[in-house]
Amino acid sequence: MHLRALTVVLVTWLLAANAHALTAEQVRAMAIGENDARAAAIGLVAASGDDKAPAFFQALLDDAVKTAGDKVFVVRDGKALDAASGAVVMLPDNAEDVVNSNRMRREIEGALASLKLLSTDANQRAAAIKELHDGVDESKLPLIEKAYAIESDAKLKSELGLLRAGVLISSADKTKRLEAAKSLADSHEPATKTLLLDRLKPDAETEPEVRAQLELSVSAIQSRLAWGERLGVVFTGASLGSILLLVALGLAITYGLMGVINMAHGELMMIGAYATYVVQNIFKAHLPGLFDYYIVAAIPAAFLASALVGAAMERSVIRFLYGRPLETLLATWGISLVLMQGVRSIFGAQNVQVENPRWLSGGVQAMSNLTLPFNRIAIIVFAVLVLASLAFMVARTRLGLFVRGVTQNRPMAACMGVNTAKVDTYAFALGSGIAGLAGCALSQVGNVGPDLGQGYIVDSFMVVVLGGVGQLAGTVYAALGLGILNKLLEGWTGAVLAKIMVLVFIVVFIQKRPQGLFAMKGRSAEA
Amino acid sequence: MTPELMEAGTKALEAARERHANAGQSGGREASYGRVVEEGVVDVVHGPILYLDEITVSFDGFKALNDLSLYIDAGELRCIIGPNGAGKTTMMDVITGKTRPDSGKAFFGSTIDLLRLRENRIASIGIGRKFQKPTVFEHLSVFENLELALKDDRGVKASMFFRLNGEQLDRIGSMLQLIHLKDSAQRTAGLLSHGQKQWLEIGMLLMQDPKLLLLDEPVAGMTDEETERTAELFLSLEGNHSLVVVEHDMKFIHELTRDNPAKKVTVLHEGSVLAEGSLAEVQSNEKVVEVYLGR
Amino acid sequence: MSALPETTLSREREREQPANPPMASSLARWRERPFDTSGGVRVIALSALLLIAVIAPILNLAVPQGSALHLSDYAVALIAKIMCYAICALAMDLIWGYTGILSLGHGVFFALGGYAMGMYLMRQIGRDGNYQSDLPDFMVFLDWKALPWHWAFSDSFVATLALIVLVPGLLAFVFGFFAFRSRIKGVYFSIITQAMTFATMLLFFRNETGFGGNNGFTDFKRILGIAIARPSTRMLLFVITGCTLLGFFLFARWLVASKFGRVLQAIRDAESRVMFTGYDPLRYKLTIWVISAVMCGIAGALYVPQVGIINPSEMSPAASIEIAIWTAVGGRASLIGPIVGAFFVNGAKSWFTQAFPEFWLYFLGALFIAVTLFLPQGIIGLVKRRKKEERA
Repeated sequence: MHLRALTVVLVTWLLAANAHALTAEQVRAMAIGENDARAAAIGLVAASGDDKAPAFFQALLDDAVKTAGDKVFVVRDGKALDAASGAVVMLPDNAEDVVNSNRMRREIEGALASLKLLSTDANQRAAAIKELHDGVDESKLPLIEKAYAIESDAKLKSELGLLRAGVLISSADKTKRLEAAKSLADSHEPATKTLLLDRLKPDAETEPEVRAQLELSVSAIQSRLAWGERLGVVFTGASLGSILLLVALGLAITYGLMGVINMAHGELMMIGAYATYVVQNIFKAHLPGLFDYYIVAAIPAAFLASALVGAAMERSVIRFLYGRPLETLLATWGISLVLMQGVRSIFGAQNVQVENPRWLSGGVQAMSNLTLPFNRIAIIVFAVLVLASLAFMVARTRLGLFVRGVTQNRPMAACMGVNTAKVDTYAFALGSGIAGLAGCALSQVGNVGPDLGQGYIVDSFMVVVLGGVGQLAGTVYAALGLGILNKLLEGWTGAVLAKIMVLVFIVVFIQKRPQGLFAMKGRSAEA
Repeated sequence: MTPELMEAGTKALEAARERHANAGQSGGREASYGRVVEEGVVDVVHGPILYLDEITVSFDGFKALNDLSLYIDAGELRCIIGPNGAGKTTMMDVITGKTRPDSGKAFFGSTIDLLRLRENRIASIGIGRKFQKPTVFEHLSVFENLELALKDDRGVKASMFFRLNGEQLDRIGSMLQLIHLKDSAQRTAGLLSHGQKQWLEIGMLLMQDPKLLLLDEPVAGMTDEETERTAELFLSLEGNHSLVVVEHDMKFIHELTRDNPAKKVTVLHEGSVLAEGSLAEVQSNEKVVEVYLGR
Repeated sequence: MSALPETTLSREREREQPANPPMASSLARWRERPFDTSGGVRVIALSALLLIAVIAPILNLAVPQGSALHLSDYAVALIAKIMCYAICALAMDLIWGYTGILSLGHGVFFALGGYAMGMYLMRQIGRDGNYQSDLPDFMVFLDWKALPWHWAFSDSFVATLALIVLVPGLLAFVFGFFAFRSRIKGVYFSIITQAMTFATMLLFFRNETGFGGNNGFTDFKRILGIAIARPSTRMLLFVITGCTLLGFFLFARWLVASKFGRVLQAIRDAESRVMFTGYDPLRYKLTIWVISAVMCGIAGALYVPQVGIINPSEMSPAASIEIAIWTAVGGRASLIGPIVGAFFVNGAKSWFTQAFPEFWLYFLGALFIAVTLFLPQGIIGLVKRRKKEERA
């Protein structure tokens, strides 16, 4: 009798304390019954901020909760505990698993998150706030208010404020909505803009005053985001442009300086990418500690691999076809088929995995809606370096001089004692090597497979056609221009139409200016 | 009516008839005001068939033609000489429409503005050009080469349903005779010797019956005998056709000007006319000697 | 100077050199030249016609299946497919072999003709498709409620026939006009044709374009009310394809032997001289370009009902480049060469993909290299050289 009374008093006191335990009813309501009722119960418990609740929610998510009749058990480490009291009990034989559908899981996760809001760890609170952005509704409001009241960190407090406003925006009270709309104007999040726009839909918000405020807030957020969007387009355009530049530079040498159309250029890129893959695997297997630096070894490996293949191509096939561009086109297409099939035989027809080293993963958050990935930044830098070294090599070194001489007047160069055959091979190898570097770069941002090159052939030729032959400057401008143009149009019309429009633009441009952007002038250009 | 008066009257009538007969299109009038311009007809009433006025062509800063002015009379055979790079080929490019000059005027007859026409149009109104390097259709036979040059409808449909008639056959036959390729009528043009190809090209030119022929180094690579024959041919064409011959071979120029020592020879240098006169005058001109010998 | 490929005509003339006949009669021969119906060609044409229209049907339909002479359905379908390809190769020879324009995008015309026929065949499925709806299956799948505007004429066979000719023709006309007008030549032109076919392929891959997306059209049931799968229909299509190939071959011969054909060859050899002779190359190039495009379109339209499927990969740059290799392998500027080349390469492909599939691409690649390096005149050139050596 005493015990019973004591228990009742204890339980009542516990209930009154309201923050230290779950009642059996609560637990039952959360584990047994229809999903809607269960969800409501979970919401209530979450709102109450009970600190035993997280454990129970986690148990639900871990599928460790079982029921028998109206008793609820949590099974941990082979032991069954009573869900409400936590005492160890015997698990009845007829105990059933509590099944959680996807929706229930989401509810439980949301509940967990909202409870984290009150966690003592600031990082957990920050994480919880982020999670709540996705699925916040009025039921969580008391919890949010509670968290807002006790929040000490200023930044988190303002974020909570925005969260609160996001909920209040659909409150029944007009003043609350107005206030919420006003405070949301300070947001940096694209999600907030969507939320406000939703409220602006014809049948959502009816009060004109609130609508006006909503629109003001939307435009405020829009202008803040606009810069992010614009810079984002420029960055992706520059990134694409830098990739196109790397791809087209090699082609600019072989076609622009030597007059050779190389349809296997894409495959030389692919070889560079696979060389990177091989180097990665070697590091993984033998030098795991230095894995992050595999890229340093991969760059020269890719260059050499492609350069060697290119030199082999030149010596065995292309040198016999100088002066016959259409035949060179067909022969190099044949070589590309052989190369692709060769790679398929050695590495398999599927894509292979090339991982970014750690220092290239992730990105820098420049603005709220603009994240610049490190790997793309690295590629832009890499492209600039390659361009600079190439320009230096062509303009200042002996080899560059020989290449220019042989291109402009082969017989004269031969008379001067230049070994034109060797120069041809070196120049072609150089162009191919750069293609290899492009492949290495591509391996860091895209998939590596046997048909890696096929996707870039048309683009790279367009760059060369647009840029004009004979000078590297044209290739640079054309590559960057096409990259940015493509990305700009993509935002408008979608990727496929953007590509089509770019191709049409080039064809039309060539009408007006058949020699491209920068061309060698004078009578020789007519050849 | 006195006998003197009658005589005077007859004389006046005859003079008038003679004047009318020699009058030409404009009825003997000198002034050109109020004359009708006929489409496609080359107007040579005033004499020159080709006017080049202050033509300037520059390629990337380099002036290929520098204020060049040249006038070729109808029926004239003009020789043009000059060192390499003097602008001779560029001048021909301008006349035939291959290159547009930066400034200046080019007229065919007094009325046809060459700068406004396309190459094939210029070719059909009567300017024929022979290239420095003989360009014939290598994979077609000699006969077919000449057949393509026949003066006929150049349209697509016409060429699909084209059949040679007797007159055209005869023309080709006589042309083959003229260019000494009668025996090689069925040979593939690419297999001809260099000199024969030059002749074939000249023949193709003549098939179009052009009023003005532009000949860029027509005897380059020819033997002495072939050179002589070429000179004969050109001299026979002179009068009915106007010819502009660009050459380096002074012997050939001698042969061309042999019948009339006063025939004009023009010397081009660095894109403009350096000297103009008879061959003797030009050869003794100090400036010309300096430019050729580089003193 | 590179070696000159010799045409049949020039070699006949070479033979007549020593005789030195009197001028008038030798020239008089040329009067009759335009269409050479000499014995050789007549025999070939008639025997081909016999094979296609009489012998093949008998061997397929009348001869029983077990017999050694029986022409299997599989063989019929394969030969018909290759004949369609041969038409494309012939078209390619006209523009590349004779006019010197290498197009690496002719597949797009083939595919457009195929799609036009495909649209008609899709409508002919009627309500027998998976969804039992008036709309083609893929449209039901995409949740479309009505036929888009470009399917307007797809239920009329006559209109479809017109579209097969007009759509590739129009695209070719517009593209060719702008390309030739700006004097784009040589390699640049080839690259731009690649871009053209690539762009069109991307367009057709999208579901929104209304051509079945990357699945294209398939599962045909009827044509003109007759069931497609029946052997008699197949044989009929086979005979029509063969006769079309023959017809195009004779047409091409006529075209090439006429003055028009000679102007084309002149354009290939010395375009500037052609201009200075007073011809407008643009008109000639445009004409032959459109003719070859329409030929490919018709080939595509014949291909689709026999192969049973059309999808955007027919427009891939790779497919168009293959057309060029058929022509090169067979022998450019010979008309019979491309047909031989198409049969040889596709026959090899068929054999390889069954026997040694991994080696097919090696073989094809090697073929490209070998033909450009060692066999610029193709198979026909090889045959001619042999004959010449035998006579010498």
